[in-house]
Amino acid sequence: MSSSARRAFCYRSSPRKRGPGGWIPACAGMSGITLLFCLWCIPAGAASPGAFGYGHVATPQEIAGWNIDARGSDGAGLPPGKGDVSHGADVFIQQCGPCHGTFGEGEGRYPKLEGGVGTLTADRPEPTVGSYWPFAPTLWDYINRAMPFSAPHTLSADDVYALTAYILNFNNIVPADFVADRDTLPKVKMPNRDNFTWTDPRPDTKNAACMKNCIEPQAVKIISTAEGKDLTPRTTGPLDTMKAK
Amino acid sequence: MGQGVQAGGPFARRSFLRFGAAAAGGAMLSRQARASAESAPPAEPDWSQTIGSSVVDRPYGKPSDFEKDVIRRDVPWLTATKESSVSFSPLQSMPGIITANGLFFERYHAGRADVDPRQHRLLIHGLVERPLVLTMDDVMRFPAVSRIHFIECPANGGMEWREAQLNSLQFTHGMIGCAEWTGVPLSTLLGEVGLKKEAKWVMVEGADGARMNRSLPLAKCLDDCLVVYGQNGEALRPEQGYPLRLLVPGWEGNVSVKWLRRIKVGDAPWFSREETSKYTELMPDGKARGFTWVNEAKSVITFPCPEKPVAAPGLYEIRGLAWSGHGKVKQVDVSVDGGINWQTAQLQEPILSKALTRFTLPWRWDGKQALLQSRAIDDTGYVQPTIAQLRKVRGTNPIYHNNSIQTWQVKPDGSVFDVQLG
Repeated sequence: MSSSARRAFCYRSSPRKRGPGGWIPACAGMSGITLLFCLWCIPAGAASPGAFGYGHVATPQEIAGWNIDARGSDGAGLPPGKGDVSHGADVFIQQCGPCHGTFGEGEGRYPKLEGGVGTLTADRPEPTVGSYWPFAPTLWDYINRAMPFSAPHTLSADDVYALTAYILNFNNIVPADFVADRDTLPKVKMPNRDNFTWTDPRPDTKNAACMKNCIEPQAVKIISTAEGKDLTPRTTGPLDTMKAK
Repeated sequence: MGQGVQAGGPFARRSFLRFGAAAAGGAMLSRQARASAESAPPAEPDWSQTIGSSVVDRPYGKPSDFEKDVIRRDVPWLTATKESSVSFSPLQSMPGIITANGLFFERYHAGRADVDPRQHRLLIHGLVERPLVLTMDDVMRFPAVSRIHFIECPANGGMEWREAQLNSLQFTHGMIGCAEWTGVPLSTLLGEVGLKKEAKWVMVEGADGARMNRSLPLAKCLDDCLVVYGQNGEALRPEQGYPLRLLVPGWEGNVSVKWLRRIKVGDAPWFSREETSKYTELMPDGKARGFTWVNEAKSVITFPCPEKPVAAPGLYEIRGLAWSGHGKVKQVDVSVDGGINWQTAQLQEPILSKALTRFTLPWRWDGKQALLQSRAIDDTGYVQPTIAQLRKVRGTNPIYHNNSIQTWQVKPDGSVFDVQLG
């Protein structure tokens, strides 16, 4: 019996015993003939790559077309090419200005790309590329994969480098003669780089499952209500078209 | 659980039928009563004296025309465009734990991609022994599993961090849905390509215009992640990533990448835009938390709520939903006095890990102001916090992961409002 035929037989024979990873039976706890049957059902190559043999092995050309990611922390994956601040300004005005404003100030509710430095502890913080983003290569990666909004992934690598240089420049992070490429971008230290933690500190609250007289009745006060705020779209009838507040 | 059973006892025996009718929702009942006055007994309704529509009159099927208000809705002032935006599920009108596919909330970063499954490909590469290109037929040939899990956007409730703003269950809690998902375990696919020993992280990427991508630690990928193509007995809807999406049970919805086209294995996280400038939480000291993936235990009362007020004093069934990204819901307590006293609610079967769970509690409303709250406890022992407890640690600007106890104010006229307590 070929391995694929054995696999098919075993899968059909003991569907309830297959492990979480697929059709391989979990033999634990079995004995005698049951155990032998079970072990026979685990083909030699079960855990090895290609055991199913579906699809085709990706060619280098196929991978190259889609392998677009650039890693934020060290720029791994950034392609060849380069771009300077002045060319970036030209591309930005054409491709980005309508939404983000000429200098990244943002139009309407579209995101601001500059400003906000020193506001992260304020009551109304303004997180932007300059005030918040931790890694410069992430900016290249995001523009390259998702921008311009209406025609994503249509810019050349050089234009994306130039845009990255321009945006970093109007945030006062790099000088006017900065040239962005795969070597210079990972070396740019973003101002907010060290203000992120990457391990989850939760649970960070400890509520008690109290059942009786948990708080003083006079301590129960409504301090905020949505009533009368006129922010809520209607939830009956046609979709609401209420305007920005 | 004892108190819930005790409270339900007399109702169950003596006035169950009356209770059941009342629980259908006071507002709905009175509306139907008005509309069907000419059809109520002893009269015969029109639909009982004519022949109905034929089979395949509507080959796919759709909800009754009388349910036309039960739809996804958006908050027009919230986002710059509707292509990079979110819609909310009408939890106030959804029975059970399963979200109908047409009502499942939407979140797009570059609009809904309409993908041809015959042309769609899944590329798996990076630190693997045998990089693969899979067609949809290939993916569906792998041994399949079906599991019921919720997906919740971590920004669900994000507009309520500072104060009560939206007077609506749909808009305060509607960025969640729960479905039966069918697909292949990600561990199976990673086994098929073979991991190199340096493999520690996995990047998943969509085929939409945003090429939305996130990093996931390998351990979660090998634990319970699924690459799914089926949702509640049919193919995924385009709104949910047709023909293929990732499902990361219990974790913030953003990582369950839709229109999944690429899985890359690496040795470090990618720090993509969506996990640095977005989906991170800004704390009061100016530091930000990243890689906070789990949606901690949460619950909300779905009746009464602002959209479903109470009609008149009398007996009702408080109903709600609870869930935890860590596992099963162990207990839900309900308060009608703003958290002074609590009663344990009944949990409705099935109680599944990382899935919506229904809870109920009989309640006799006396016609006075009530402050309704629910509090979930999951099987790790974690107790859902108050908004005050969350604010004390995290301030008012995290945007994400507001899993606080919701308070509904029931006024003497039966109307219900979203409020926060001090």
